[in-house]
Amino acid sequence: MTISSTGELPLTNEHDIVLGRQSVRRMAQQQGFSLVDQTKMVTAASELARNTVIYGGGGVLKWALLSEGIKRGVRLTFEDQGPGIANMELALTDGWTSGQGLGLGLTGTRRLVNEFEIESTVGVGTRVVITRWK
Amino acid sequence: MDRIPILRMGEFLLVTIQVDMHDQLAMQLQDDLTRAIDKKGAKGVLIDISALEMVDSFIGRMIADISGMARILDARTVLVGMQPAVAITLVELGLSLPGVATALNVERGMVLLRRLLAESSGDDHFINR
Repeated sequence: MTISSTGELPLTNEHDIVLGRQSVRRMAQQQGFSLVDQTKMVTAASELARNTVIYGGGGVLKWALLSEGIKRGVRLTFEDQGPGIANMELALTDGWTSGQGLGLGLTGTRRLVNEFEIESTVGVGTRVVITRWK
Repeated sequence: MDRIPILRMGEFLLVTIQVDMHDQLAMQLQDDLTRAIDKKGAKGVLIDISALEMVDSFIGRMIADISGMARILDARTVLVGMQPAVAITLVELGLSLPGVATALNVERGMVLLRRLLAESSGDDHFINR
């Protein structure tokens, strides 16, 4: 697998969520994603960016454009130094919500991407990595 | 602060969302729209999202909430113009917008809205008897 370019975007407020999803749209277009694949990746990014801003107290979005043979992909890493997730099993249950959401954030997002990894330590922070291939 | 305009068309309100909304703007729309229904005595609300390239769970919930709030204020809501890619993504995300009436475009949305209103006034008649 080759990483052709990388970068980082701040996620500190609501406007960063909007800017973040617009950037992800451009990345997905650049990688030749279909409109449906673009929309899935942008929606997944929007869900996770909101988690980072609201529950994580802000953080960063690190992105990477990938290629493997003729496959092209986008990898996004959302990192915060927030309170962390105490009960991961519960957080990954459909319909469970800690706040004002619908409880679709993590489980719904997982369905929109090809690869999904989450690491969280209470008091340290949360890191979610998603990848979608064309 | 920027706002999404709410247009009045007879007894209906028309909202066309043409920008990538940040969360506060979506909440503001919910507020403005319920206020407009109350103030203008609107019976129907048409929300056109044909320009929206993405609907996530937050915006989806906002739309479902508007529909529910409008119903309590005796108005019906029809959501129109959802792009196919958005519909596919929403359902995969787990959000099928139960209870929200939808139509393909504004024209069909108006027809549906009139029908919903005719049906509900029929209900009233039945209850009054």
